[in-house]
Amino acid sequence: MTVSATIVLRGRGVVGGRAEGEALVTREAIPGWGGVNPQQGVITETHHELRGQSFKDKVLVFRGAKGSSGWSAMYHTARLAGAAPRALVFNEMTTKVALGAVVMRVPSVTGLDRDPLDLIETGDWVTVDGDLGIVEIHKRK
Amino acid sequence: MLKLTDPEKAMLDGRDGKARQKAMELLVRYAEALGAERFVDTRNVAGVPGSANPFLQRYYAGKDADGLDAIFSYFDLDSDELVEVPSALVPTYHLQGGADPRQWQTLGVPVDVFRNHQEREAFAARHDVSILKTCTPYLVGNVPAKGEHCAWMESSAVIFANAVLGARTNTEGRESTSAAMLTGKIPDWGLHRTECRFGTHRVDVETAVESVMDWGMLGYFVGDAVQEHIPVVVGDFARPEIVRLKHFGASASSSGGVEMYHIVGTTPEAESVEMALGPNRPVAQFTYGKAEQRQVYDRLNANASDPNVDYVMLGCPHAALEQLEEAALLLRGRRVSANCHLWIFTSRAVDAEARRLGYVKAINDAGGVVLTDTCSAFAQAIPPGTKVAALDSAKQAHYLPAILGVQAWFGSTRDCIHAAVSGRWSGERP
Repeated sequence: MTVSATIVLRGRGVVGGRAEGEALVTREAIPGWGGVNPQQGVITETHHELRGQSFKDKVLVFRGAKGSSGWSAMYHTARLAGAAPRALVFNEMTTKVALGAVVMRVPSVTGLDRDPLDLIETGDWVTVDGDLGIVEIHKRK
Repeated sequence: MLKLTDPEKAMLDGRDGKARQKAMELLVRYAEALGAERFVDTRNVAGVPGSANPFLQRYYAGKDADGLDAIFSYFDLDSDELVEVPSALVPTYHLQGGADPRQWQTLGVPVDVFRNHQEREAFAARHDVSILKTCTPYLVGNVPAKGEHCAWMESSAVIFANAVLGARTNTEGRESTSAAMLTGKIPDWGLHRTECRFGTHRVDVETAVESVMDWGMLGYFVGDAVQEHIPVVVGDFARPEIVRLKHFGASASSSGGVEMYHIVGTTPEAESVEMALGPNRPVAQFTYGKAEQRQVYDRLNANASDPNVDYVMLGCPHAALEQLEEAALLLRGRRVSANCHLWIFTSRAVDAEARRLGYVKAINDAGGVVLTDTCSAFAQAIPPGTKVAALDSAKQAHYLPAILGVQAWFGSTRDCIHAAVSGRWSGERP
């Protein structure tokens, strides 16, 4: 008997490529300029549930982007500093997150057939295929 | 599927030069990420083309002969090749950034960093960028008409352009505005499209909203409630004018990601609730009463406990002329405490007019300083030793504690001037 804990979600690829890593999940929107330290890849916004946590090398699973128009430049800087996430999975499409994903150059998927925030928990291993628009979740437990 | 016109294809094929090709490549990647089907033409771009903080300056040092085109090529255009940057193809405006050109030492900016700012500003000016150096371009000459397609950065300016002026822009970023500067193109998506401008959420205001502070708090509530959606605000309040709308929008685009709103009876696409909602039914309704107002006040003051105020900052978004007049009047016959600093930020254009009218002198005579181009959050500049700040902007209260680790009190302009004079916070909860 094989036990498969893999869940497959299908959506739309935003930025192509394939990457995998440990998930960091938030139901809150992610801030840009003024709410993140891009050189360390850490969320700094005062009231944010991820305050103090690093998204570096994680698969960032989140609702959407918020705040400053400096969103893309912050995550672009994170890429240069080697502190960007490995991939993005998100629900709400905005110009901030689209441009940010493009200049971060990481595989990104949105518009999934089931809500990734209900299915992915921080610590799960997640594979993101931005060419096919597919997200595979390998549950931690 | 993204469809390109023949001139757009020509740009992408490099027939208008390498830089425009790279700009178009970035815009195509961006449009495809959004799922846009075409571009719109724009002749109104507001961004920060070619600017650089010390990190970028260091990162790109030595990447080209004079160090000037590298940042624009590799960062602004996200190109893997160095390109020679041509002048702006369409009217382009530089938003806030850098340091006050005369009083940069007051801001504590090191001389080498200041020289970099000057170089980057000269670079933008040489490329036909209008150097407004403000987050409030709409107060100093860039006033797009209703329906005009723009490509603007600066969340507080974007929301003002859409909601108050009826112009059309998404919240663009550094890279997309610099690409638009060279191409006059931006994805036809979101707020460029009529069907995406209608309200999605309803907010009923059931407490008095009068002062600039009241409108800032309402905006903070609304942004948190609707996040990146489009609120329709309904209530029995006096029609807000420009400064109130400036603070409302800046707050709503800080606590959430609001880029467009309707205030029924005030904003141009909201003569009625029906007009504001169009074909939509509100997906949620929120009520803003006294209890909600107090919650917002408490949240904005949540990290302040020490009543001894070291620093009062006004001018977020940049002060309008009437706000400098108000500060000058509030300071008449008074003096900023020896234990406190008062800095007021504005644009170069408003500063020049306020000097002519004597407001700057009145503020200086009382011990306050009027600064241009930037703000404390943007420049990460506060008076040395500041532990406790006082602010009349919900946006600045949202950002400053996170960026600089200071305590921040939020209140009215009057509360803030009083704190500057007495050195103590005595603002009252509404």
